[in-house]
Amino acid sequence: MASTRARLIRDMVRIRTVEEVLADHYRDEQEMRTPTHFSIGQEATAVGVCSATTVEDWVYSGHRSHAPYLAKGGDLEALVAELYGKEAGCAHGRGGSMHMIDQSVGFAGSAAILGEMISVAVGSAWAFVRAGEQRIAVTFFGDGAADEGVFAESLNFAAVHRIPVVFVCENNLYSISSPLSVRHAEGTSVHGRAAAAGVRARSVDGNDVFAVHAAARDAVEHARRGTGPVLLELATYRWRAHVGPGTDHDHGYRSKEEIDSWMAGCPILRAADALRAEEPDIDAAVEAWRAEFRQEIHAAIDRAKALPFPDTARLLDGAYLPAAH
Amino acid sequence: MRTLTYWQAISEGTVQCMERDERIFVAGEGVDDVSGSFGTTKEAFDRFGRRRVIDMPNAENATAGFAVGAAAAGARPLVVHVRADFLFLAMDPLVNMTAKWRYTYGGDKGGVPVVTRGVVGRGWGQGSTHSQSPHATFAHYAGLHVATPATPADAKGLLVQALTGDTPVVLIENRNLYQLTGEVPVEPVPTPFGVGRIARPGSDVTVVAASLMVHEAERAAEQLAERGISAEVVDVRSLRPLDEGIICESVAKTGRLVVADTSWARYGFTAEVAAVVAEHVPHALRAPVRRVSLPDSPAPVSRPLEEAFHPGASTIVSACLAVCGETAAELPQLADVSAGFQGPF
Repeated sequence: MASTRARLIRDMVRIRTVEEVLADHYRDEQEMRTPTHFSIGQEATAVGVCSATTVEDWVYSGHRSHAPYLAKGGDLEALVAELYGKEAGCAHGRGGSMHMIDQSVGFAGSAAILGEMISVAVGSAWAFVRAGEQRIAVTFFGDGAADEGVFAESLNFAAVHRIPVVFVCENNLYSISSPLSVRHAEGTSVHGRAAAAGVRARSVDGNDVFAVHAAARDAVEHARRGTGPVLLELATYRWRAHVGPGTDHDHGYRSKEEIDSWMAGCPILRAADALRAEEPDIDAAVEAWRAEFRQEIHAAIDRAKALPFPDTARLLDGAYLPAAH
Repeated sequence: MRTLTYWQAISEGTVQCMERDERIFVAGEGVDDVSGSFGTTKEAFDRFGRRRVIDMPNAENATAGFAVGAAAAGARPLVVHVRADFLFLAMDPLVNMTAKWRYTYGGDKGGVPVVTRGVVGRGWGQGSTHSQSPHATFAHYAGLHVATPATPADAKGLLVQALTGDTPVVLIENRNLYQLTGEVPVEPVPTPFGVGRIARPGSDVTVVAASLMVHEAERAAEQLAERGISAEVVDVRSLRPLDEGIICESVAKTGRLVVADTSWARYGFTAEVAAVVAEHVPHALRAPVRRVSLPDSPAPVSRPLEEAFHPGASTIVSACLAVCGETAAELPQLADVSAGFQGPF
């Protein structure tokens, strides 16, 4: 089953399976000592967008980093080792879950502070243009980061200079426990703000991986042509708590019914439903992928746990260059 | 050797580095306008145009983030703020990203060698939010290099080092130094960070100073010499890395320490220098350390208040007399080094 559409589903299943297993281990072992923000339920945004980029394009993300990292092709073993704080981690145990990086595949970095990688992605895309390269940059952030001033500043500058950047807002309706209604005025939207700044903006069903992929291909092409930045506002929903492996339906800020309705609209189920006529064996394939990826993540966890921690004698390495200390 | 003003030295260093490295670009609010950041970016704009000297929107936070992203992608941004106080709008990208990038991603993914210049306004009623010198603030965070060039030669040399090195740098320039003249090498010779300079040798008291206060200390030393007191003036050049050796050697020799700064005492440069001496050569001290710094209020505007607020050569003279056990004498007040400054900005 090698169609592009099937591959998108497979990529989502991989991220879902990896994160579910990681969450279980995170909860049961208490050995991944790093604040971790799972993307479970939001896989379509990362997969749909990253699949529209080339390996030369750079992708940045915010704190909910695992899904964009994996969707861009980031090394799974290096991710897992990073969560366990091991030297073999993608940031050698210095960065943790919120500071993922895999330069070999164009995952240029993720950051913990809201909105940071919005301006950074604009800067990288600006540098690509300045160097005469045809590359673009993509930045993933949530509706929470869209509250930040740097978002408005970045939209403006990208529009003024037609920077080849694609802003991807994963709107999951909540900034931790604060709903959009207390943060954004009624009648406004993230894509509306972008349009007002002169950025081509679209609102897309973020749980429809095929729609996201099509919109992302269009956005990437638009940016790469030099015709200016694009913002995609992708409506999606986080199933777990803001941070950590648990659920939060009893926290009082969102109802069980609301969570259930979004879970019923699971991006993997929806994609499989849409593909079933074309690929009658899709359900069996999804099950097979789940089994394959469970094995992959369990093996990665076993290996990561056996790996050495960083040497404390190298605590300061990287704070400055050796000659600059 | 020929002489240049401080601002000419910055301009020359910028242009020479840009000639040698295509990746360098200048970004800042009004860097291309008629005044060209007090002249420092004017020649660069005339030579390289708006592709490499870029007038930015009033967006200090995003601009500092753009610089990080550009540097991560191989460019060499030089960001200019004509008032250093606006750097507070850029604190997140400077402190959370620029300083930490190399370390946080594991130490082997490259750093972001962004160079940020901030000009301190001080004087002519610039007041509480146009007079601040935030060098100690940035020096607090591991990952940055922070320098306060006091001479035209160092204004150029430290900038050249910043633009050719791989460490992110914050340069804090006191506007009152801009008309100062001094010998400056024609070639872009880097001044290394972390190597202080004996601005004036002496044997009775050490005055460790940064930025403008180096010159106030030198003038103080002249007046002290008339009283038979030999003051040694140490210009640290950079706060991070700090040349602890030159400070401790001087104090070991003189036995007395005055630290002079253009900012506040609490948790600042003067506190750091005092701590370095207390840690390394505590027994050398024959008198308590004295600090010359700003009084604990924001900067005022009204002329007499402003003159009372900023310490200068006379303040340093009094502090040196005190640590030497001399009673305060009736000495002629020295005019502020920026006495000749014309408004409005």
